[in-house]
Amino acid sequence: MTTSTHTPVLQVIDLSLRYQTRQGEVQAVEGVSFELQQGQSLGLVGESGCGKTSVATSLMRLLPENARLTRGQVRLNGTDLLELDDEEMRSYRWRRIAMVFQAAMNSLDPVHRVGQQIIEAIEAHGMETTVSDARERVARLFRMVGLDPQLMDRYPHEFSGGMRQRAVIAMALSCDPDLIIADEPTTALDVIVQDRILRELKLVQQELRMGMIYISHDIGVVAEVTDRIGVMYAGRLVELGDTADVFRSPMHPYTAALMSSFPSVHGERLPLQGLAGEPPNLIDPPSGCPFHPRCQYADEVCRTEFPERSIHEDHWAACWHPLEVTVTGDGSRDGCG
Amino acid sequence: MVADSHAVVSDLLMGGNGQALVAVEGLTKRFPVSKSLFRQASSFIHAVEDVSFSLAPGESLGLVGESGCGKTTVGKLLVKLIEPTSGQISFRFPSPDAGSGEAVDASTIRSADLRAFRRQAQMIFQDPYESMNPRRTIYDTIAEPLAVQGVGHLTDRVDRVTEILTQVGLTPAGSFLFRHPHELSGGQRQRVAIARALVIGPSFVVADEPTSMLDVSSRTGIMTLMQNLAQGLGISYLYITHDLAVARYMCHRIAVMYLGKIVEMAETEELLGNPLHPYTRALLSAVPVPDPTYRRDRPDIRGDLTLPINPPPRCRFYDRCPVATDHCRDNPHPPMEEHGPGHWVACYEA
Ligand SMILES: Nc1ncnc2c1ncn2[C@@H]1O[C@H](COP(=O)(O)OP(=O)(O)OP(=O)(O)O)[C@@H](O)[C@H]1O
Ligand SMILES: Nc1ncnc2c1ncn2[C@@H]1O[C@H](COP(=O)(O)OP(=O)(O)OP(=O)(O)O)[C@@H](O)[C@H]1O
Ligand code: SF4
Ligand SMILES: [Mg+2]
Ligand SMILES: [Mg+2]
Repeated sequence: MTTSTHTPVLQVIDLSLRYQTRQGEVQAVEGVSFELQQGQSLGLVGESGCGKTSVATSLMRLLPENARLTRGQVRLNGTDLLELDDEEMRSYRWRRIAMVFQAAMNSLDPVHRVGQQIIEAIEAHGMETTVSDARERVARLFRMVGLDPQLMDRYPHEFSGGMRQRAVIAMALSCDPDLIIADEPTTALDVIVQDRILRELKLVQQELRMGMIYISHDIGVVAEVTDRIGVMYAGRLVELGDTADVFRSPMHPYTAALMSSFPSVHGERLPLQGLAGEPPNLIDPPSGCPFHPRCQYADEVCRTEFPERSIHEDHWAACWHPLEVTVTGDGSRDGCG
Repeated sequence: MVADSHAVVSDLLMGGNGQALVAVEGLTKRFPVSKSLFRQASSFIHAVEDVSFSLAPGESLGLVGESGCGKTTVGKLLVKLIEPTSGQISFRFPSPDAGSGEAVDASTIRSADLRAFRRQAQMIFQDPYESMNPRRTIYDTIAEPLAVQGVGHLTDRVDRVTEILTQVGLTPAGSFLFRHPHELSGGQRQRVAIARALVIGPSFVVADEPTSMLDVSSRTGIMTLMQNLAQGLGISYLYITHDLAVARYMCHRIAVMYLGKIVEMAETEELLGNPLHPYTRALLSAVPVPDPTYRRDRPDIRGDLTLPINPPPRCRFYDRCPVATDHCRDNPHPPMEEHGPGHWVACYEA
């Protein structure tokens, strides 16, 4: 592409979020910073419970009552969303920044017809003026996500899990947002439908030069749809880089472990590798580098001091001993600390 | 060779003399279509149509297939959350004094026996919210089946819940016990749903996409736990998933569904290495590859999803099949035929 790619749609600066619980404060997001250019997609990956959804709901400002944003800025096309009043934020949400929620299957209202719910969203943001235009728009969105438009007048309970998930994707796209956050949007879909939706999503995203944050556990999907990858561990962003670079040469030991344990349907059936050790307790996170209790390269400095990121321009990792990785011809990796 | 797939498969599995834990024959479920949309009440969604299979004690059968093809409906039928339109389900649960008990026809289980049935047959729901009351703590959520079944004293229960939370990777258990479901991440909630289904030690579990929100590493832990339980206690799973890699590690056999029908069934490695049905082939070719430089071809499948509303009496895959012939158009849905030992396919062109 020839146009300038240096207008970030989104700048997240030092975002930090805490949840209050009876057992103490959960440090769900800690000092997360990243940028997203127009038309670019960023994959957010990491262990279950590491804070991915919390980052997303912070950007949307849809946080539960026990949550507290302690620091940071979220600039969407220059405007800090965290500074907007509720009224202003409401006009941004869905219109400028939209989200497909992780519990997508659950985010439809059970007592209203599925199509009607989307039409209401469209009308509320003044996207179409007549009901028949709005219906036409919904029909188009339905076709795009592989749903038969005759299903518009059905109720959510008549949909299978994957059909509901597709309806919610249609809803998030209904107002042509500048930024779309998709939190595990295809977990309930078979791979053929997934393939189709991902192609469509990529197409729309590029056509409208929309930014996208794509949260997923499926590294295969992330490899296919994203330009950049951010890896989170224990509430922190620990590696960020171009998708191809991060796959080719992961720098953080956690990223390397994540990439190597992916099971495959093709080729030999190798034994499954998990990550040794327990997930971090975010109420009392480990000192120093939060990954140190599970890291084979950890030494004294790792245990005591958080590693500032080691910069390789566009690809960095927060690690005292980033991996130098060579990919051998057969694709296997040799890492050294 | 055309045969009754159920009888042959169970024969094959149990070496001819064993007994199935669950046997399903001709299972069918139709939902009436909302009347406002289609005037005649004669429109039905054929969600599950003439499905037969059986499961040995300790066996895991993977159920994969298109979104909306009827997998969850099969699961709900098996644990009696909904009743079939026709067809039979029978269970042969282990009797309390070891050894397998009498075969019980599921349709004869009345509400009074339902509690005993639930102790043996559990379902992990696709949507973890479905099985959880938002106002109850994690402890109450997991301990509830124990309380309902009258298992153990209060202190035993606390220990049991702590133990299973640790087993599913929610550590330290103490920091989760008194949270509510909405105070957990998606994957953590999913693990609570798994813990809740496994805590009473059932014999048969329908696991509907139980690990779809888990990263590989947590998923590996859960899969190992479930496999250990299968080996140690002989739990059988009907494992519904879209993730064929997960099915590869969890399941002895895989059944592929398309629009309410099982179209292919074989032992796992055989099915993945030698897929014979065109739908299975398309499915396998659509699995994303974790390598950004790899360009996958588009899966070989035509057209759009179809809805099983009063489907025409030919092969259900006909409209989307890349290899369909006139024979496929003019004949009824193909029967399941055996193409190799235990490898069943319903396709005229296979
Ligand atoms: N409302 C809440 N109250 C207390 N703790 C919470 C709340 N919501 C989330 N948490 C905790 O914050 C951490 C981050 O949660 P988040 O949902 O962001 O994780 P995630 O990375 O999206 O995980 P998953 O992949 O499992 O969805 C988790 O450890 C979770 O238990
Ligand atoms: N209560 C219901 N009323 C009407 N139709 C229903 C009902 N439940 C399911 N269906 C329909 O039956 C078909 C099968 O649904 P089911 O939930 O079993 O699919 P599934 O294979 O589990 O799909 P997914 O992978 O998307 O979860 C779908 O077409 C669905 O719309
Ligand atoms: S900083 Fe140390 S402990 Fe952390 S990942 Fe790097 S080597 Fe491992
Ligand atoms: Mg999440
Ligand atoms: Mg389902």
